[in-house]
Amino acid sequence: METILFWVFAVVAVVSAALMVGLKNPLMGALSLAISFLATAGLFSLLSGPFVGIMQVLVYAGAIIVLVLFVIMLLGADEPTIRKERIGVVRLALGGLLGLPFAGIVVFAILDWGKQPRAEVSAASLPEGFGGIEAFGNLLFREYVYPFEIVSILLLVAIIGVVVLAKREF
Amino acid sequence: MLDRPEAFLIVAALLFVIGVVGFILRRNLIVIFMCVELMLNAVNLTLMAAARYVGVSMDAHVMVFLVMAVAAAETAVGLAVVIAAYRRRATVDVDDMTLMNG
Repeated sequence: METILFWVFAVVAVVSAALMVGLKNPLMGALSLAISFLATAGLFSLLSGPFVGIMQVLVYAGAIIVLVLFVIMLLGADEPTIRKERIGVVRLALGGLLGLPFAGIVVFAILDWGKQPRAEVSAASLPEGFGGIEAFGNLLFREYVYPFEIVSILLLVAIIGVVVLAKREF
Repeated sequence: MLDRPEAFLIVAALLFVIGVVGFILRRNLIVIFMCVELMLNAVNLTLMAAARYVGVSMDAHVMVFLVMAVAAAETAVGLAVVIAAYRRRATVDVDDMTLMNG
């Protein structure tokens, strides 16, 4: 069962990510990226992280994609300036030449590393409450309270920066 | 098959490479931003796989959470920059933004 779910989520995530790069219309690209994020949330849940999976759905597939869609709509998805995009043979060849060997090397390295003998950790041997909201909250607000506060300051700075950028005429 | 982390790591690697290739290929500023989000997400998947298959602590979950917050801030600021650039030059095509071409 878990293997079937893994294959479904993995294939959907990779294919819709590739569609995001391939589709000309950025609106369709944003929607397929949302599907990719939802499939990744499923992978997170398979990895015994249901809370992070839910956060993925809320923050990525919810907030970020809605923001991107909002900006695409604001700029006009049918504007000829957005539709007109020349990629060109040279750039396509360059992307393929960079991407395919990179992917090959990384996958080869992962498979090679996987040959080493290691103790296997089954889902049953994980600590009690692993990935749940209680363990997560305890860790976040005890050990990681300073990073948490720093991130909140970062978000405040981002809010102020966005207001300044949106208000002023450049 | 799922008793070892390689499958998840390979999916994460493929997602990251798709993001890199899209970042290089596409000329639309908004699509380039989405490719950056995809790369961040791929690394999050790697962190989650590490947490599950080391299986001792949940530190990586907290890290993924913080990365999500940073990604949200980055998207907000980046899209504001896109809107400012569009207001000034009426384009989101990076080939038309040649101010720094030297």
